[in-house]
Amino acid sequence: MEVLMASAIGLLTGAGVYLILRPRTFSVIFGLTLVSYAVNLYLLATGRVRAATAPILGPGTSDYADPLPQALVLTAIVIGFGMTAFLVVLALRARITLRTDHVDGRE
Amino acid sequence: MGGASSMFGHLLVAPIALPLATGMILVLLGRQKLALQRTVSVAVTTVGVAVAIVLAVSAAGGDYTVYRLGDWPAPAAIVLVLDRLSALMVLLTAVVALGSLAYACLGTDRKGSHFHALFQLQLAGLNGAFLTGDLFNLFVFFEVLLIASYCLLLYGGGASRLRAGLHYVTLNLVGSALFLIAVGLLYAVTGALNMADLSLRVAQVAPSDAALLRTAGLLLFVVFGLKAAVLPLYFWLPRSYAAATGPVAALFALMTKVGVYSILRVSTLIFGPLAGPAADLALPWLLPVALATQAAGVLGAVAARDLRRLQAYLLITSIGLMLAGIGLFSQGGLSAALYYLVHSTLIIAILFLLVDTISRQRGPSGPRLRPAAAVAQPALLGILFFVASMGVVGLPPLSGFLGKALVLAATPMDGRGIWLWSVTLTAGLLSLVACSRAGSIVFWSTTATSPAHRRATDESRAASAMTTTDGPTLDGANWRTAPVIALLGAVLLLSALAAPATRYTAATAQQLLTPAGYVNAVLPPR
Repeated sequence: MEVLMASAIGLLTGAGVYLILRPRTFSVIFGLTLVSYAVNLYLLATGRVRAATAPILGPGTSDYADPLPQALVLTAIVIGFGMTAFLVVLALRARITLRTDHVDGRE
Repeated sequence: MGGASSMFGHLLVAPIALPLATGMILVLLGRQKLALQRTVSVAVTTVGVAVAIVLAVSAAGGDYTVYRLGDWPAPAAIVLVLDRLSALMVLLTAVVALGSLAYACLGTDRKGSHFHALFQLQLAGLNGAFLTGDLFNLFVFFEVLLIASYCLLLYGGGASRLRAGLHYVTLNLVGSALFLIAVGLLYAVTGALNMADLSLRVAQVAPSDAALLRTAGLLLFVVFGLKAAVLPLYFWLPRSYAAATGPVAALFALMTKVGVYSILRVSTLIFGPLAGPAADLALPWLLPVALATQAAGVLGAVAARDLRRLQAYLLITSIGLMLAGIGLFSQGGLSAALYYLVHSTLIIAILFLLVDTISRQRGPSGPRLRPAAAVAQPALLGILFFVASMGVVGLPPLSGFLGKALVLAATPMDGRGIWLWSVTLTAGLLSLVACSRAGSIVFWSTTATSPAHRRATDESRAASAMTTTDGPTLDGANWRTAPVIALLGAVLLLSALAAPATRYTAATAQQLLTPAGYVNAVLPPR
């Protein structure tokens, strides 16, 4: 489970960084999205990767998942989603105004 | 709530809640009722200044005020903490914001919709970042101020803003990802996000986790360095700040200070000398990076062929000097850096506003440094530019000189002293050269009474005569220097009241170097 999680995070980050360094805005947005997926998985893993535990502490439960990373991930997802939406609109606007989708705004 | 009366306790949330609520209401208005938007925006920002003064007076005694959001006990929930440093930053934000806003109300806010809403949301983000006592909440406020700043940077439209915006947004999104990784790592190692709690727990981290802890801490410094625009991470700044409209750039002078503030807060509170495996984490890096930033910034300033870029590079130079003061990590160094921070934020904001006015009056040449039409108000703008340049270069009698002298005086005369003195003094000389050259070209190297000049003068007259249905009669080019002069008044006040101001910054430094007070105020008695 941990190996799977770690390699997923590593793969997503690697692919994301590669795409961010590409010259077209579409690849860059795609790369940023992959990196944010990686970061979200990673945040979830900071609460330790465990299966079949109670989601929250209640009477009679001693083995429960850490609720804080889940709250952090929710916040991070919402913020990441908003930022990506903004960047998509910005990239479209740049494509229309500058007549190119190069990240420098010129070929 | 720190023993304060409940009414006062709730005042602490006002610098965040007030602009946030105002921004949300103003969003609904869009382009409608600009006069109403201006009135509301200026009124709320003025109230913000008053609140900031009350908070600063209450913090000056050395008490910590802790505001528990939802009245949940720390460290489980988010707290806002007011100490001398955060009070100083909130007050500085309020003053610079009021100046920029007054300037924007003289016409800039007409260029598009939602200027005032975005401005208020940016203020909420800035104040939140300065007041929060929780590391993840700091991330959230960073995002609030960033999303507002993305829109403000693009405000007014145009190709150059889009080009700069694309880089700025992408870079900051990568920065946010790094911030989250650092915060997650810190939580995984210590189990805390509250900064006071972190302050205690980093010292107890197991030796096997020490490397992870140090990685997390240094990643945090990378993120804050990106916001503060230090050497390898400043390349986004000149382009973005030069592309932004004048009042937006003036407000952005505060954004780099969020990075400086965060470096200061985290390096004193969490990664201080008592942090066990992560003790003095940033110390070996801070001074060399700061001096390199100063050198790179001033070289950029000398090479700049555009007034706005010149100011952007001078901003980077000033960041270098204040980080050098922080890098000394002594009471004298911190105190000098804080005094210089206040001065340089004000003076850079003044220069961005002034350059905007100058560019408008120079006709088609705008901010480019080449012989062009004379400005319509040569005497007034010339004197203002001269005084402001003296301030940014650090010539007596303005506070810039005092700030620089204090940083230099606080430097111990060992290897660090030699580097700091030589870099700072050379940087001062070179910025003097850069400013003199810019001033000579703009004010003396003019193509006399060209058609462009007449057109520009006519334009400014037309602008001042223009009274539209939704704009107050004050709307005009000739009033643009008023906010600049008012902010310059603040700089003069800072110079005249240098003794009480340095007493405050010295007390702030002393408070920062004894983090136990912060921890005891935030956490319940153990």
